[in-house]
Amino acid sequence: MDAIDEQLVRLTQEGLPLVPRPWDVLGWRLGITPAEVRARLQRMLEQGIIRRLGAVPNHYRIGIRANGMCVWDVPDSRVAAIGRWVGQLECVSHCYERPRHLPEWPYNLFAMVHGRSREAVRAKAARITAALGADVRTHDILFSTRLFKKTGLRLPQPPRQPVPSAGAFRRSREA
Amino acid sequence: MDTPVLDEIDRRIINGLQGGFPLSERPYADAAAALGLDEDALLMRLQRLVGQGVLSRFGPLYNVERMGGSLVLAAMRVPAPRLEQVAAQVNAHPEVAHNYARDHEFNLWFVISALDTAAVRDLIRTIEQETGLRVYSFPKRREFFIGLRLEA
Repeated sequence: MDAIDEQLVRLTQEGLPLVPRPWDVLGWRLGITPAEVRARLQRMLEQGIIRRLGAVPNHYRIGIRANGMCVWDVPDSRVAAIGRWVGQLECVSHCYERPRHLPEWPYNLFAMVHGRSREAVRAKAARITAALGADVRTHDILFSTRLFKKTGLRLPQPPRQPVPSAGAFRRSREA
Repeated sequence: MDTPVLDEIDRRIINGLQGGFPLSERPYADAAAALGLDEDALLMRLQRLVGQGVLSRFGPLYNVERMGGSLVLAAMRVPAPRLEQVAAQVNAHPEVAHNYARDHEFNLWFVISALDTAAVRDLIRTIEQETGLRVYSFPKRREFFIGLRLEA
């Protein structure tokens, strides 16, 4: 990542310009050609710096209201095998091993389960817990009740370097 | 907030365009053609879907860790009457990418993303000082799958 890559991230982290030739707008702001903008984005896709390029839905606004963070306390010696199994289930999106904070937080396996209702999420979690059997010492589901913020990545502005304001960027997107 | 009414074309866009946006000269025209639309119609609908909040945004989903940065899940146990105020204090930091209330004793969950681990650690300390509450951090030890593609 060079300085231009970082600037490109800053210019696109709130979204691409919704105009017929978005690379022209970005290239103009960065002082590079549209072809170079495309080449840099292509390289970042290949390197995995960009996971994917397209629509980022807000699941609350498309009716997927229940978002259950399911957590289990499983033996450390078994967590990798269990995590791989839970992670490949169709109803599970993200699945991670994370540290416990004893005694308040005994859980070390986290999986996000999304659904149209809490009941749907509870039923899926119950099936997973049943399948894990004696490996589960304790478990819980945390439902989200409010979304306070969802912005995705925001790089901090670098010091003493002129960067177009968000307002200027929005104006350019509307242009 | 009510869920906006989405028609069949909106759904086609949301379900069909969560990845693979082309890096061609006229990417919206090419993406539109693949969806059986024209460029103007796709641009107008994307503007509306972003405006309605159905899409958080349209563009790259960055992986801050692949940039050498760091991403940490954190949680707090906030006394219920202070939840709004503490959420606002947390949100005021641009490094906080997501922030949810959850129905649990650990009732505020957020993601901090920054370009280096020291910045994440400093921000956790800052939030603890600003709120007088402990921030529990849950850095991932292992990642088993990330495959979320939401169906509208």
